[in-house]
Formats: sequence, C-alpha cells, structure tokens
Amino acid sequence: MMEQAVNISENIELFVKNEFGDAVLGVDYFRGDMTISIKAESLFDLCEALMSDDDLAVNFLADITTVDWLGHDKAQSGRFEVVYNLCSIKHKYRFFISVHLPEENPTIRSLVDLWEGANWMEREVFDLFGIVFDGHPDLTKILTPDELEGHPLRKDFPLTYEVPQFSWNKDDPPEVIK
Amino acid sequence: MSIQKTMTINMGPQHPSTHGVLRVVVELDGETVVKARPVVGYLHTGIEKTMESKLYYKALPCTDRMDYLAPMSNNLGFCLAVEKLMDIEVPEKVKWARVCLAELTRVNSHLVWLGTHALDLGAMSMLLYAFRERELIIDIYEACGGQRMMTSYIRVGGLAHELPKDFEKKVRKMIKVIRERLNDYETLLTNNEIFIQRTRGVALLSAEDAINLSLSGPLLRGSGVARDLRKDNPYSGYENFDFDVAVSNSCDAYGRYLLRIEEIRQSLRICEQAIDGMPEGPYRAHVPGVVLPPKEDIMYKMESMIFHFKIITEGFKAPTGSVYQAIESPKGELGFFITGDGTTQPRRVRVRPPSFINLAALPKMCEGGLFSDVVCAIGSIDIVWEKLTDDVV
Repeated sequence: MMEQAVNISENIELFVKNEFGDAVLGVDYFRGDMTISIKAESLFDLCEALMSDDDLAVNFLADITTVDWLGHDKAQSGRFEVVYNLCSIKHKYRFFISVHLPEENPTIRSLVDLWEGANWMEREVFDLFGIVFDGHPDLTKILTPDELEGHPLRKDFPLTYEVPQFSWNKDDPPEVIK
Repeated sequence: MSIQKTMTINMGPQHPSTHGVLRVVVELDGETVVKARPVVGYLHTGIEKTMESKLYYKALPCTDRMDYLAPMSNNLGFCLAVEKLMDIEVPEKVKWARVCLAELTRVNSHLVWLGTHALDLGAMSMLLYAFRERELIIDIYEACGGQRMMTSYIRVGGLAHELPKDFEKKVRKMIKVIRERLNDYETLLTNNEIFIQRTRGVALLSAEDAINLSLSGPLLRGSGVARDLRKDNPYSGYENFDFDVAVSNSCDAYGRYLLRIEEIRQSLRICEQAIDGMPEGPYRAHVPGVVLPPKEDIMYKMESMIFHFKIITEGFKAPTGSVYQAIESPKGELGFFITGDGTTQPRRVRVRPPSFINLAALPKMCEGGLFSDVVCAIGSIDIVWEKLTDDVV
C-alpha cells in the first residue's frame, strides 16, 4: 500500500506540472504529506481537471481552511494561506493545495460548482477569516452573531473575555478583558 | 391577488429533537417539505482560537469539550496530530491502549445516539437501556482518567497514567454485557413495525450526493461508500486489528441504524483483540524536552524534574509547517490541522468537524419528504453541537 501511495503522489505531481506548469509555485513534502502551492487564479481549473481525470479520481473535498501568517516570514507571499484538503477515495490518498492571498481584499474563486460540500466550509472561512469566495451562491455569516464585527480567527483580532451577566451584576456593563 | 401556496415554519433553536440548538427554517406545501434551511452557530465557542492561544500541551483539554460523547477520540486525534508535527513515535503499548479506548468511545457515542434517536421516533425505553449500558463505559473512563466525561487521558506522547489494574477485567465485562444486550435492542427495534415505518425509505441520500457533499462516517457508509479511515489510512496501529467495515446500501435512516449497530459489534471485536494482545511496555514515549517524563521519575531524577518544569512553563517549540491527521471518530472524519511556526504555540489549529459538515446534507435529506421526517433526518445524522460549532461547535 505504501508503494501505491508513492505512485499516486508522483502521478498527481506530474499531472499538475504538465497541465498547469505555469501556475505551480512549488511542491512540498512535510511529514509525508504533499502540498502543492499554486497561483490563486488557476485553483478552479486545476481542481476541475483533477476531479474529471478518471485515473487520479480526486473526488472528495475533505476540508477548506486558512492560516493567517501575520507577522511571519511566510506572509511575504501573501498573508492568508488557504489550504484545500483533497482526497481520492479510490486510491485512499490525501494531499493539499495551498494558495496565498494578499492582505488587501483576499478573494478566490469558489469551488461550490464542483463540490456542494464547499458551501458551508467556504462560509465558515469567510466568517472567521474574511476571505471572499467569488461565485458562492450565499456567502453569509454562518457561525458568529450578526452583530459581531471583524473576523475572529485573524491574528489581529484580540482574544477577549466578557464577564457573564447574572442577577448580582446585571447593572454593571459587561467588562471586556483583553 | 395571488394565493401563497407554501407556509414557512420555524423549527428550533430550542426543539427537543435537535439535541442542542439547531434552527431549521422549513417551507411546507401541506405536509411536504419544499425547502429546509438549517441555521447554526448558536453554540459557537471559538475553541480553535482558544487552542491557538495555549501551549501545545495545554490545548489538549479543549478537545474533550468539543464532543462530550467521544472525548477519547478527540484526544487521540489531537495527540496524533501533534506527534506527527513533532515526529514522535509512541510505544506499542500506547497504540494498543489508545485503540481500545477509541473503540470504547465509539460504543459510547453510538449507544447514546441509539437511545436518543429511538426516543425521537417514539421508542422511549431504548433511551433508558442505552444509558444503562453506557454507564459501564463511563466507569472505565473514570478508572482511567479520574473523570467520567472530560477525561483528557490520552496525552501527547502517550497516556496520562498507567492503565488501571482492573482495566482488563472491566473491559471484558463490558464487552460481554453489551454483546448480549445488543441482541435485546435488536428485538426491540429491528423488526419493530413502527420503527421501520418511521425510518425505512426516509432521509434518502445517494452515494454521489454523499461524496459531493463531503460527508463522512456512518452517513457516507450508509450510502454504500466503504470509506473508513481505520482501514484506508490506518493510524495508531489499526492495521494490526481484524475487523470489517460496516456498509449499508439502502441509503436511508433504517440502513444507518443497522450500520451503527454493526459498528458497535465490530468495535467490541476490536476492543477484545486489543485486550488480548496488549503488549507490555512504558505508557509514555521517551522524548526529552517534548513529552513529559513519567511522574514517578520526577521525584528522584534531576533531568526529569528539569524537563517537567521546562515543558510545563515554556512548552516546546514546533517546526514551521502544517500537518493534518484525521481519525475515524464515531461521527465521521475528525481531522486536526495544526500549523507550527517555530514558537511554542500553534499558529493554527483547525478541527475538521464531522457533524458540521454532515449537517450540510440536511436539506437534501428532507426536501420532498414529510415534515415529521425532518426529526428522523436530524437524528440519523448524529449531531453533537459542541463538535458542530467549535466550528460551530
């Protein structure tokens, strides 16, 4: 099975480099997992090609998440790193596609047209990081309250604590401790 | 003047069948659901942000609180991810003990699911029986970690303590009792005409839809896709165990019920193998500076004392890079995506929440069905809100 994993990762790497050579910024192995860094504008086409290729059969989008690299060297290529976690159920193989987006106006094409499951994942990333997914049918907040301003998982959003209101302190305004 | 044909009804967020706080806005045409829109986020706790503000070691207790029915699975997922990031290999005994505990958790979670799902559909006695059997498992937790629910027993690099002396005896007793009682449950539900009518052909979901919606766990296997991470990408030594992946091709709520019953049986099988073949050895890896030294050593070994002090106060520095470790939790694929940035705190901890992603399938399962079947659809997803909303948890 180990051999199979090596083959499929090589096949995917070759496929991506042949078909989207200009868009690939690097292929990285860390602790056995492959991460392909690509330019933001070719994400949709690449995923569509991977999905429709019958040999690779990358048919499962496991997760979408984002890392905020504020204040780190990695922020030079773009502060937000959006990571797509893709699987091939047939080959039992998992790999990652990473896209760096700039601090100002981070926008990327939505994958909802390929995977319906991307709908809630993208809404979550939009809500917590403020990444805009172009072409998403209903890009609204999903987790945080409507009145909350800002995107809580960004590194410049402070971790705060609000004193709970009980009958004994109901007249005191809630204190926000930073 | 046009006549409005449909009626919009708000269900929740305090509806008993939602087992927490889920709101579903349902558009009805008579009794038929035209459109269903789940609204989540009433219990968003921001656990990810909390974990990012702590040392790797101290973020662990947050993981129990994401899913109070499967604390050990969550501990296991987090620890495996940190171990992958730090490149730690744990002793064989730890692997076997972890598998045993994770499978106990699956039985626990499925039992509670069984009780509450049957209760939603009107079979009240099931709830009492399921909770009675769950007590046996909770007792084992208590013996291991000292706590009944928020155990935090599985730690980075090993376990919190040595397994309790009567662990084997307790697990064997539990296996024996639950195996017998499962047959009792089946006589209550499997051929129960009312239960069958409420579940068979209800909440249908095709295999294509299930894959397209990124579903995992019993919901995906209930649609005939045999994807189980314990077999597909074995972790923690699952490749040493002999078990079958339960799959149901019926795509409905009844099939998911049968599948979960079968999963309990398989879990008991794995537990039995783990107990039979548990190797001897230390209960924690020896990695100075990263894994806490055993408590016994701290009292009379100077190096252990120093490392203990340093790990607790400063933590350890992780390399820059991201790892993802997924486990097959009772609810589906539970993944921890941890990014280190050279400091002692994680830059990013992302929990792939199986309940949250599975819930996105609710509209597809309900639309075109009857209003009363919405309850059955929610039940067959098996949601735990903390998990959902930490990310919704």
